[in-house]
Amino acid sequence: MNQSVSRALGGGRLSRTLLAFAAVAALAGVGVASSGVAQQRSPAEPATDGAPPAMRVLTQTQYRQSIADIFGADIKIAGRFDPGQRPLEGRLLAIGTSSAGISAAGFEQFETMGRGIAAQVVDAKHRATLLPCRPANEKEFDAPCATQIVSRYGPLLYRRALAPAEVSGLVERGRVAQGRLGDFYSSMATTLSVMLIQPDFLFRIERVEKDPAGGIRMDGYSKATRLSFLLVNSTPDAELLRAAGAGELHTREGLARQVDRLLASPQLEQGMRAFFWDMLGYEQFADVQKDPTIFPTYTVRLPVDAQEQTLRTIIDHLLVQKADYRDLFTTRKTFLTRPLGSVYAMPVATAKGWEAAEYSADSGRSGILTDVSFLALWSHPGRSSPTIRGKMLAEIFLCRTVPPPPGDVDFAVANDVSNPNFKTARQRLDAHVTAAPCKGCHLQMDPMGLPLEKFDSIGVFRTAENGAPIDASGNLGRRAFSDVAGLGQAMHDSPIVTACLADNLYRYGVGRNYTKGETAWRDYVRASFEASGYKVPQLLRTIATSDAFYAVTAPAADPLPSKNAAPTKISLKD
Amino acid sequence: MPKLDRRRLLRGALGGGTVALGIPFLDIFLDGNGTALASGRPMPVRFGTFHWGCGFQPTIWIPAKTGANWELSEQLQPFAPVKKKMTVLSGFDVKLDGAPNRTHVSGNLGIRNGDVVGDSAPSFDTMIADVAGDGTRFRSLECNAMGSNDSLSQRPGARNPSEATPLSLYTRVFGEGFQDPNAGVFTPDPKVMVRQSVLSAVKDDRARLLSAVGASDRARLDQYFTSVRQLEQQLALQLEKPAPIENFTAPKAPPKKPTGTDVDLVLENHKAMAQIMALALASNQTKIFNVMFSNSSSSLRIPGDKLTHHEHTHEEPNDPAFGYQPISASFVNKSMRGLADLVVALDGVKEGDRTLLDNTLLFANSDSSQAKLHQLDGVPMMVFGSAGGKVKPGLHIAGNGDVVTRAGLTMQVAMGVSVEKWGTRSMLTNRPITEILA
Repeated sequence: MNQSVSRALGGGRLSRTLLAFAAVAALAGVGVASSGVAQQRSPAEPATDGAPPAMRVLTQTQYRQSIADIFGADIKIAGRFDPGQRPLEGRLLAIGTSSAGISAAGFEQFETMGRGIAAQVVDAKHRATLLPCRPANEKEFDAPCATQIVSRYGPLLYRRALAPAEVSGLVERGRVAQGRLGDFYSSMATTLSVMLIQPDFLFRIERVEKDPAGGIRMDGYSKATRLSFLLVNSTPDAELLRAAGAGELHTREGLARQVDRLLASPQLEQGMRAFFWDMLGYEQFADVQKDPTIFPTYTVRLPVDAQEQTLRTIIDHLLVQKADYRDLFTTRKTFLTRPLGSVYAMPVATAKGWEAAEYSADSGRSGILTDVSFLALWSHPGRSSPTIRGKMLAEIFLCRTVPPPPGDVDFAVANDVSNPNFKTARQRLDAHVTAAPCKGCHLQMDPMGLPLEKFDSIGVFRTAENGAPIDASGNLGRRAFSDVAGLGQAMHDSPIVTACLADNLYRYGVGRNYTKGETAWRDYVRASFEASGYKVPQLLRTIATSDAFYAVTAPAADPLPSKNAAPTKISLKD
Repeated sequence: MPKLDRRRLLRGALGGGTVALGIPFLDIFLDGNGTALASGRPMPVRFGTFHWGCGFQPTIWIPAKTGANWELSEQLQPFAPVKKKMTVLSGFDVKLDGAPNRTHVSGNLGIRNGDVVGDSAPSFDTMIADVAGDGTRFRSLECNAMGSNDSLSQRPGARNPSEATPLSLYTRVFGEGFQDPNAGVFTPDPKVMVRQSVLSAVKDDRARLLSAVGASDRARLDQYFTSVRQLEQQLALQLEKPAPIENFTAPKAPPKKPTGTDVDLVLENHKAMAQIMALALASNQTKIFNVMFSNSSSSLRIPGDKLTHHEHTHEEPNDPAFGYQPISASFVNKSMRGLADLVVALDGVKEGDRTLLDNTLLFANSDSSQAKLHQLDGVPMMVFGSAGGKVKPGLHIAGNGDVVTRAGLTMQVAMGVSVEKWGTRSMLTNRPITEILA
């Protein structure tokens, strides 16, 4: 990695770290773990200071996945979740969970969902499989059976062992409920309802304990939780909880065993889907409106399929093919449904469902930036926007923060599509950015967005706008290109793109931005990713088996306002 | 025969379990003139907000005269039926003090939260809700006419999400848990009491949880427990027989209809929500409400048009014949019509010899003045109703560059919030707009 990149990303020791990696890898070769993930013998991991333990509210997908994993996928969850928060700094919803609370309306929903889930768990259809015992007499309270039920689900829901008093307290709640309701199963639904709205379930509360080696450390269950949500976006399973309880996660071997088990599990896919869904900003699709009279092919189904297309491509590429992350920006391989086929002008044989497909060499498409998901999400309702696309490309894939426009900008020229002198977006933007205050920021956005002008507001390929041919040239930093394939290749070759992914994955896992004390560690992770040939499973392993990922300092003593405290809805389309 | 009081009846209904009852509240028997309850307590006073995006056209929005003898401007014509019950606030500025103008964000932060820099200051409606919003099922209700959950009602760490459709607003208020005050028969649901016990179990763990987290997370847990208490209160009210309310009939569920950003569809959905909200207020389900007609970078559009309201404000030239942007103005006209629909709906509910609007204080604003340039000076604001006599309506007050936070402070003072000054930096003010305080 060259020095300019290192500077651009705020790194200083990266080159040295990478050299160390390369040397060790060359001398020692690599081994293969049970997960199939290459285990490199790496130079010593830089020590970090860590950060205070986090308290993170469950996201909608984490809530749903946890319930499905604990009680089964057929348990219905009917309710609405508080909208997530993307902090200005760091951008990820996962970081927002460290500062988000639960509104009154949100809690009302959790209470309703909890009752609905609990009622299903004990209903006639599920009780035989989901409850570990049957009461001797439904009309009488069966304390031993209630204890078994609480002991089975308590640890899975709270993601830790329960103290005996907690178990007996919950059992006692059941006894009181039985007195009122006269039925054992209803009383157990009540007990489960309590657990399902406890902060122990709705928040991931990390705890610290004394480290026998001195100082403090994150306790085993909190480590298990951090690990599980990073890799599978769900509550730790029974085996992981067991390992946590046995203290195995405090040993290098014990931790590696669990990491490799999860990396090899089919649940890794749901974990990585959740990460990319967050990184790509797909919750914003809820607010995307396209005018049906202009875009009749943009049906209700299309944005759903568009997200799935890109996620499917990513998962297949990174986890199934175990391929190089960078190739996502150049690959022509993809997956399609019929509704998508109509936008891509590609025949789709499968009437319902998905099939593998490949953009043709002359389609003008290559890489996930030319997918409908990116092109349609980051456009205006009625027309494309090179500025929005360029801005989001910079924020999502380059980890840059583009400042908001100055308050007194006159956009009239940039947006006047009726001016005969300015037929294309490029011409309008050229006129707009001659103004000095605009130029600085637009140069960070437009040169990456303009190559995508060959695609309209929903991603249909075009060669002209208002009768004038579209010039798809652009540049990424100093690298210039003439078309969208050039943009994809430049993204592929950019070390900023790969460093950004490495940074995002770590920040996603810990729910915060890097601290000052983690600079060397950050460089180490980036270098490790590069040394692996940009394999994401290996990157996950580097993070998940590290000390840094679990490092904690004492909880903050004073209620300092967090930098991430902002419940911010970023206005992306100004 | 032993006296059968409600407590005893409930106990019987619950199979002998010992339970604590919620505090009786809904004794809404009006006195003769509708200004107070039969018990002598004053009528509930409601507070609401309304938001529309992308400002206005000052030349046709700002009334020419100030004071009490002002006349409705062209864009304010929809308010003709309620002119005597409204006050226009023009010429009040959001001061950035050198902070960047986060376009379509800073304006609302200044007006609603009093702080254009941070994101964590609470919006003033929540501070009003904390002192004036109790005793009802919902501490506040939010709705959004564009089918989104977005709202401007914000507590630190959590935004109060909006109901996104008329049906979801109806279901939240008049679905499960609603007790029709005029039903005649009242049967308390024993399951409600069990739900109360669930919440009380959660609250019992408060001390343990607070000791397990750092100080900054304690505030978030406290907020969680505030949410728990609000639901508890909701449940307690469900165990009380509500007193009858004159002129109230519970609405029927609205049909399930599409939502979107087509401006006429937004008007239609908004009108349906306004009517449901008026009935929610009339039947004392809530006293605090927040309505979003359009988002701050208004996505309103006309079918077939490639541009949204927001995009039009930036690109549409001023028509020399009119001196303003006619397409952008048409969106503002429709936004004003939407606001008038809400005001008229509130005014249509009789409470004694007054109307629900008279017992309400409704604050309306946009995020900017001239959206074309994201201007924050002279951001349009309006006040409707008289807050049960605490506010004097019928004026046009020109701020002449004074700070917008004076409006937020005035709303808080009128609604009984104990506050001397509000705002940050140069927008910190201790001067409510006394002309409108009765």
